[in-house]
Amino acid sequence: MADSSYPAELLYHPEHDWAQVDGDVATFGITWFAQDALGEVVFFDPPEVGSSVTAGESYAEVESVKAVSDVVAPLSGEIIEVNLGLGDTPEAINNDPYGDGWMVKVRLSDPSESDGLLDAAAYEATLS
Amino acid sequence: MAAASADTSLKRTPLHDRHVAAGARMVPFAGWEMPVQYTGVGPEHLATRATAGIFDVSHMGEIGTSGPDAARFLQHLVSNDVDKLQTGGAQYSVLCREDGGVLDDLFTYRLGADRFLTVSNASNHDSDLAWFRRRAEGFDVEIEDAAPRYAMLAVQGPQAREIVQALADAPLPDRFTCRHRLLRGRRVLVAGTGYTGEDGVELLCDPDDAVLLWDEAVRRGAVPAGLAARDTLRLEVCYHLYGNDLMVTRGPIEAGLGWACKEDTGFIGAEAVRAVRDAGPAEKLVAFTMPSGIARQGNPVVGGGEVTSGTMSPSLQTGIGMAYVPAGRAAVGTELQIDVRGKLRPAVVSRKPLYVKP
Repeated sequence: MADSSYPAELLYHPEHDWAQVDGDVATFGITWFAQDALGEVVFFDPPEVGSSVTAGESYAEVESVKAVSDVVAPLSGEIIEVNLGLGDTPEAINNDPYGDGWMVKVRLSDPSESDGLLDAAAYEATLS
Repeated sequence: MAAASADTSLKRTPLHDRHVAAGARMVPFAGWEMPVQYTGVGPEHLATRATAGIFDVSHMGEIGTSGPDAARFLQHLVSNDVDKLQTGGAQYSVLCREDGGVLDDLFTYRLGADRFLTVSNASNHDSDLAWFRRRAEGFDVEIEDAAPRYAMLAVQGPQAREIVQALADAPLPDRFTCRHRLLRGRRVLVAGTGYTGEDGVELLCDPDDAVLLWDEAVRRGAVPAGLAARDTLRLEVCYHLYGNDLMVTRGPIEAGLGWACKEDTGFIGAEAVRAVRDAGPAEKLVAFTMPSGIARQGNPVVGGGEVTSGTMSPSLQTGIGMAYVPAGRAAVGTELQIDVRGKLRPAVVSRKPLYVKP
C-alpha cells in the first residue's frame, strides 16, 4: 500500500471522502486515511444509478474483513455512474483510492456546495 | 472511524513488543491488547493455509485441576467423557449450566492420573475459574489459576510441525495429544491442537520463554498472524467462537456440539441437554455461503434465526458465516434470505466445514 497521500486537485469531506469536481459532475471516493482505517476492503455495495445523494449522508457501504462502514457523499446530486469494477476488485479501494478505487459519478444539484469542502491541506490538518 | 486509543488497563502478553515492532495493529480484546493483524488478514490467512502461521494466543486462560478427585470433578463439570481421556490426551468439551446453557467451550489436557490443565476463552477465564471453584465443594481437588504461568503460541499450517520439530528434543505429539518437550532447552507443553483446521501445534510455555520460541519459529518461516486471520480461518472450518456462535441462552445440541456431550457421565446440565437431544432442537447452527455481500453477527434470517458469525472467506473468496435457524430450515441446500442492514441477501445452507483442504 502506498504512503498516505491527499492529492491537491481533490476536495475533501471531513468524514474521509473525496470529490473531484469537473463542471457539474463530480467523482466520489474515500480517502487514503479511510481505507487505511478500514483495513482490507472485501466488498463494496454500490448504490443504484439514478438515485440521489445528499451531502453529508451515506450513499453506499464498504466492508472490510471485520467491519462495515458507511460512505458519505461530499456533495449532493444524482448518481449517473457507479464503478462496477469494484464488484470484482474491491481491493482497488485500498490499492488506488483516488484512481481505480473511485466509487460513483454524480451530477451535482448545486455545484456551489463544493465551496464548503476542505482542500488537501485543511483535510490533512484534521487528521493530526 | 475513530482510532483505538491506548488503554493502560489492558493486559499485555510477553510478545507485545514483538507485535509492535512487526507493525501489528493492536486492539483491545477481552481485556488484552492483542494484534489483530500485521501485514493484512488475507495474506496471513493464506500463509497459514499454504505454509505456516504463528499466533500469540497468550490471552487464553488456563485452569489447573489436581488432586485425588480431579478426574471425578471434571467429569461432573464438563460435557465430554473425562474417564476416556488418557494421560497425554486432549479433549474438547463444553461447560454448561444446569439448564444446558453454554458457559464456555474448553480444551482439557490430562497431564497425569490426577492432574489436568483446561484452556478456556480469554473472555470467560475469570467466570470459568469462579465456576470451577464454586463447584469444587465436596471434591478433594485443588483449583489453580494457571494463566499467569503460561504464555501460549499456536503454530498452524502444513509446515507448522516441521518448523516446531526443528526446535524440539523429541518427536512432537500427534493430533489431540500433548507431551512435555524441550524446545531450545525450554520445557514446553506441546499439544496437537489448534483453531484453524490445519495441522499444527499449540505451545504452552513459561512467559519468559515466549519471545525465544516466537523468534525461532518466525526465523524458520512461520508467518505472524493476528486475531483477524484466526477468526477467518476458524470460521471457514466452522469452529465455534464463544460470544458469537456459543452463548448461555443456547445449548450444545443446538450448536451442533452433541458429539462433545456424553450425558451418561452426569455432567452439570446433562439432563437438560438430553431432553433437547431426545425432543430434537428447535433451532440449529448452520453454515452458509452467500454469493454477494457479507452478513454479520446479529443480522436476522428471514423466517427466524440470526447470523452469529460472518465474514469474507479469503480461501473461498465468497461471503460465509454461521447462523441459528429453525430446525426445519437447517438442511444443506436450503435457501435463506438474510437481512443485511435492511437489504435482503440470498444465502445457502452449506456443508460443514465450509473449507476443505484440497
